Amino acid sequence: MADAYDIMVIGGGPGGYVTAIRAAQLGFKTALVEREHLGGICLNWGCIPTKALLRSAEIFHYATHAADYGLKLDGAMSFNIGDIVKRSRGVSGQLNGGVGFLLKKNKVDVIWGEAKITKPGEIVVGKSAKPAVEPQHPVPKGVLGEGNYKAKHIIIATGARPRALPGIEPDKKLIWTYFEAMVPDTMPKSLIVMGSGAIGIEFASFYRTLGADVTVVEVMPQILPVEDAEIAAIARKRFEKQGIKIITGAKVTGVTKTASSITATIQDEKGSSQAITADRLISAVGVIGNIENLGLESLGIKTERGCIVTDGLGKTNVSGIYAIGDVAGPPMLAHKAEHEGVLCVEAIKGLPVHAMDKLKIPGCTYCHPQIASVGLTEAKAKEAGYTIKVGRFPFMGNGKAIALGEPDGLVKTIFDAKSGKLLGAHMIGAEVTELIQGYVVAMGLETTEEELMHTVFPHPTLSEMMHESVLDAYGRAIHV
Amino acid sequence: MPFNVLMPALSPTMEKGNLAKWLKKEGDKVNSGDILAEIETDKATMEVEAVDEGVLAKIIIPGGTQDVAVNTLIGVIAADGEDVGALSSPSSAAPSVTKTAAAPAVSSAEVTPVSSTQSAVMPQGHSGTKVFASPLAKRLAKDGGLDLSLVKGTGPHGRIVERDVKAALAGGPLSKPAASSTAPTTLPPLTVGMADATIKQLFEPGSYEEVPHDSMRKTIARRLLEAKQTIPHFYLSSDVELDALLVAREEINSSAPKGADGKPVYKLSVNDFVIKALAVALMRVPEANVTWTDRAMLKHKHADIGVAVSIPGGLITPVIRKAETKSLSQISNEMKDLAARARARKLKPDEYQGGTTAVSNLGMFGVKSFSAIVNPPHATILAVGAGEQRPVVKNGALQIAHVMTVTFSTDHRAVDGALGAELLAAFKALIENPVGMLV
Repeated sequence: MADAYDIMVIGGGPGGYVTAIRAAQLGFKTALVEREHLGGICLNWGCIPTKALLRSAEIFHYATHAADYGLKLDGAMSFNIGDIVKRSRGVSGQLNGGVGFLLKKNKVDVIWGEAKITKPGEIVVGKSAKPAVEPQHPVPKGVLGEGNYKAKHIIIATGARPRALPGIEPDKKLIWTYFEAMVPDTMPKSLIVMGSGAIGIEFASFYRTLGADVTVVEVMPQILPVEDAEIAAIARKRFEKQGIKIITGAKVTGVTKTASSITATIQDEKGSSQAITADRLISAVGVIGNIENLGLESLGIKTERGCIVTDGLGKTNVSGIYAIGDVAGPPMLAHKAEHEGVLCVEAIKGLPVHAMDKLKIPGCTYCHPQIASVGLTEAKAKEAGYTIKVGRFPFMGNGKAIALGEPDGLVKTIFDAKSGKLLGAHMIGAEVTELIQGYVVAMGLETTEEELMHTVFPHPTLSEMMHESVLDAYGRAIHV
Repeated sequence: MPFNVLMPALSPTMEKGNLAKWLKKEGDKVNSGDILAEIETDKATMEVEAVDEGVLAKIIIPGGTQDVAVNTLIGVIAADGEDVGALSSPSSAAPSVTKTAAAPAVSSAEVTPVSSTQSAVMPQGHSGTKVFASPLAKRLAKDGGLDLSLVKGTGPHGRIVERDVKAALAGGPLSKPAASSTAPTTLPPLTVGMADATIKQLFEPGSYEEVPHDSMRKTIARRLLEAKQTIPHFYLSSDVELDALLVAREEINSSAPKGADGKPVYKLSVNDFVIKALAVALMRVPEANVTWTDRAMLKHKHADIGVAVSIPGGLITPVIRKAETKSLSQISNEMKDLAARARARKLKPDEYQGGTTAVSNLGMFGVKSFSAIVNPPHATILAVGAGEQRPVVKNGALQIAHVMTVTFSTDHRAVDGALGAELLAAFKALIENPVGMLV
């Protein structure tokens, strides 16, 4: 048996590997156990490869709209879906290798296999029971193998996986999850997307841009249910204009399959139903925590709704065992997992840290137009009892947006009228995923409207809209 | 129609004062010029004069009320026989019919920018220490009447953040003082040490009398705590021989012309010479006639000398302005007037605010030497002990001389050691050779 580690992290996703590197930085002897792929879902089957796909779709979109920019492309613009997928896998592979390098550089031992906690401080790593998702990146060199390991602190960072609805279980052929949707062998002509969260909407946007017939079915009354209603309504209008069919307040009650198509029965709130047939159906109805086969039950670790219960700094109810990231509960976002992991090991080190304020975690959806937000929606702010001031600034009033040919969008800000606290910011339009961080920093530093008003935003940029939206909340916008 | 009597502002910076007492009762007839009430601020007592005649129809704020905000409706004057039911509401914009005897009433329009300036410096805790707090924390503290200097920050590098202010406002260990029911106050407690209750527990109940602080006591406590905590003091002492000065004083006083009442028109004290000497010394060492501010040094062109005057219940420091330009007799007479009015608490704020240095003289109590606390915005203060005959050694021989020990307390941010020593030397030279201060 190897020497005991100070910290062992189970899971090499964005939460796990960042936690391990931070632990190593703090001087802990650290190991990371991974059963399938360094970088986790995010880097291999989520955030990163989908951005690569969406980038291809975006360029395709601009190329087919070249005339709008005074350009002429001779001949038809076309694509080969296989090449798009190949590029996406390449991006993923490059970053996957990068994670291995970073762990090595920080002297974090990587142990290949599936971990089970036998008791606090002890982990058995065995062969992974889970069949790997293909295509698989190669196992990194120099990893440690199966066996018994000891660690003072064990951090569970096993992430999450797609949720399956009974009767509509993914079959990898006609009913896809994000795994299959990311690596299509042929381009589906038509598609039903079940669920309109970030994952569903991004795939809807990708496939629609490349020409598929897309129908989105959402059980809630609005698409993008966690987003501000006004932003979601704008998004819906834009998507519908692009030709995406959207059915809200309805659910898929059943499916029938043929060899090459699937028919979904869709029932709305009033009980009337319709049948829609498509080449494929993407199930994007959320994710659930990977809490199985870790030994949690025998250790008596408390779980709730498929996630491990923690104190906000990763501590579970069992001393020496921690959980961070998706497996520790929503919001299930890579950046939340990373930060939670850092806080967890810093707390173990005894540094003065505070649990993350979940209202300051931004969320981004990379459809076209992009959506980004942080903090409370208008409805949630009212629900919380705030008297609010709301600022809005449309892309149409921004010089850079017009120059980019992106005049559609909105920057919305919500302030507590009493204290001037920035409660929430919600944006839709070109590049907003790169803008939202400005508001996140502002919220983190606890600025009021005053500091934001006195901040100089560079001209000409889209960021000027962020300034104008704040000004508008106080009746001082210049360009509307 | 009835007229509102509003709480007057005795100085541009005054936000509230105490309504000490009413000199008229409800129903009393009031003539223009009659004194209606006395207002007490931290340093002075002022009279509120009626500028119109009528009947004091109603007293809204009773005598003895503390911390009455400027422009609060304190009473109503009605025309004789007028129905007082038709009182104007407190928020009415009816012009004040009062003026203060000592200072012109300041209109609310003039007061507003001052108060906004004060809110801008709010994050500076009352103790004057720089407080690191997020903008939101500052605003929440201001709205909640919380002194941030009493809050422990839990943000990065001890920065005070929203959660700290919320915890403090919610009654954390360092919560805001309980607001009194009669006059809500936003003033923080003046001691940062033990809580009042803890202190009181150390004494037998009934073994002491509890005297609430008046405005002056609170001001002294606040300002000197701030000064001692935020100003890096150092001290320079020297023995100064007085024989030549005493001879000069005797000659000048004996040749003083007689006034109409048959008394000499001036009688110089040693302290008058000290004031003058300090003023001239500052002109000779102008680098020491300064005030520290965070961004710049204020180099004063004149020597405005504050002189600590002990008055019942505290002290006040009236200022002899441009003392370097005034003759000893002018300084002497001005000092007598200021001291008399200080004891009667009749000084106007502009007579005791500001100044570039100060003198504190405890010689009359037989104190040999002491060190004073710099009183901002001054950079120095001179503590003067008793003049007495002491043995001195001159040219190897023991002699007797009149000597007093003086000690400069100095703000090291503004005046360094050698510079302070230079000022002390200039002062000593002038006292020991008083002719120098006459030219």
